[in-house]
Amino acid sequence: MSDKLDVRYTAQLARLELSEAEVTRFQTQLSQVLVYVEKLREVNVDGVEPTAHSSALHNVFREDTPRDWFTSEEALQNAPRQANHLIIVPKVIE
Amino acid sequence: MDLHTLTLTSLQARLRAGDCSPLDALEALEQRIAHVDPKVGGYLSRNFQKARTEAARADVSLPLGGIPIAIKDVINVQGEPCTAASKILSNYTAPYSATVINKLRAAGAIPFGRLNLDEFAMGSSTENSALQRTANPWDLTRIPGGSSGGSAAVVAADEAFASLGSDTGGSIRQPAALCGCVGMKPTYGRVSRFGLIAFASSLDQIGPFTKTVEDSARMLNVLAGKDPQDSTSLELPSEDFTRLVGRDIKGLKIGMPKEYFIEGIDPQVDAAVRAAVRQYESLGAEIVEVSLPHTEYAVAVYYIIATAEASANLARYDGVRYGRRAEDVRNLQDLYIRSRSEGFGEEVKRRIILGTYVLSSGYYDAYYLRAQKVRTLIREDFTRAFTKVDALICPTSPETAFKIGDRSDDPMKMYLADIFTIATNLAGIPGLSLPCGFAEVDGRPLPIGLQLLGKPLEEANLFQIAHAYEQSTPWHKARPTL
Repeated sequence: MSDKLDVRYTAQLARLELSEAEVTRFQTQLSQVLVYVEKLREVNVDGVEPTAHSSALHNVFREDTPRDWFTSEEALQNAPRQANHLIIVPKVIE
Repeated sequence: MDLHTLTLTSLQARLRAGDCSPLDALEALEQRIAHVDPKVGGYLSRNFQKARTEAARADVSLPLGGIPIAIKDVINVQGEPCTAASKILSNYTAPYSATVINKLRAAGAIPFGRLNLDEFAMGSSTENSALQRTANPWDLTRIPGGSSGGSAAVVAADEAFASLGSDTGGSIRQPAALCGCVGMKPTYGRVSRFGLIAFASSLDQIGPFTKTVEDSARMLNVLAGKDPQDSTSLELPSEDFTRLVGRDIKGLKIGMPKEYFIEGIDPQVDAAVRAAVRQYESLGAEIVEVSLPHTEYAVAVYYIIATAEASANLARYDGVRYGRRAEDVRNLQDLYIRSRSEGFGEEVKRRIILGTYVLSSGYYDAYYLRAQKVRTLIREDFTRAFTKVDALICPTSPETAFKIGDRSDDPMKMYLADIFTIATNLAGIPGLSLPCGFAEVDGRPLPIGLQLLGKPLEEANLFQIAHAYEQSTPWHKARPTL
């Protein structure tokens, strides 16, 4: 582990843009958090299986049958911009 | 008699006896809210008009017939706002209802109001709400806890008979402790998460806030059950969670995990919890010291796993299909970045960045995978302890409610507020907080919470053990002066 967290670069990966003040503040705060979690290195995890979630369920399937759900109006009711049952976004291909 | 002061169970008895109507109960709440919520700030919105229509035709013979229930603003109710206390969802209207809402309605309950929280349930004080400040009803200069701060505050202030919250690392139990009510996190998979805005999917669980333990069991009766819409919900025979309430606890073994009675706990909290342990002894329980040796790693594991899952869950807020969209963007990439950057608050951004980092190439094994392995060890600690005891007893929070603004600049200190609640979620076991006394701080009483942790799926035993203590002490009857 290391504390080489590059806040600006990681924010970019997460599609976030930070102010200069936020970058500075997060750099300090998150470095502290990373120093704190360093303590996990003390733990011997040889041969320990990882836990993704606590219940014993795996690969839950259901029948692939059609059922009633949203109409397109309902599905689009929160869309910021729409027309003709479609969501409008800025041009993707120049 | 002021109806708003009733417990859920006693309100139900009156409704069924015909002493009052669901409309009377609703009106009592409406007046109480108008009177005290300007000070408490628990509600983000409420829809009494719709609630009155439902109350007028309520069937009080149903399990929660005619009883109004307030909802944390992170659980979808069709046609109502569901903001997650975030600017990014401030104009969102829920197009469907969560399974728990459908279950409440089928049981005759009336979901009527929306409660404040830390933005996207990320926080321990409700100060991260982008929309509103919520105060602790016992001292309006202090925080109610979080993230379900609104859910706890309105029950404590008699502005609701019961409410729903969600608990990812203590977000039900910690505010219940700090506000002096009963908060219950069921076993992971006991209650459907369908329609709950996701924070950390392997940890999130919906649960009730109530004035008494019996009320809590009655709420869980309605909330629990397999849901085809949530593949992590468990297929189990239905059960009555009140069935052991009122039975004595003679001979039950209750474990005191020594890692939860440590230096740094507020002395008044420590004293109250130890007095509760002695009370259990006098009720006939056998107290056994146990060890959960990996406890000290729980906060570190949690802030890796929870932020990793959050960074993935919150990727859906892109300004395209729903939620806030930035104006005057240059291209699609710009739309994503600006919508998210303008819409999310600081703590949410901080956690997304941390979560993105621990999942990023080159760091995944060192952080995320290692945290998942330590999570296994934390679970095994509980499994081992529960071979010796029926339940565990400890403080819910190492401290009482702190002053608004005291912690906002120090995320690490805020994260440590959840030190006693986090391991429960990592292990997936049920946990409950109930009042166990008061600390005197600045000449005012502040509630202290007792936490009981149970074996997976043994919520009924937890209610039995909690109820025995509650009924032998006066704490659940205390109310703040507002």
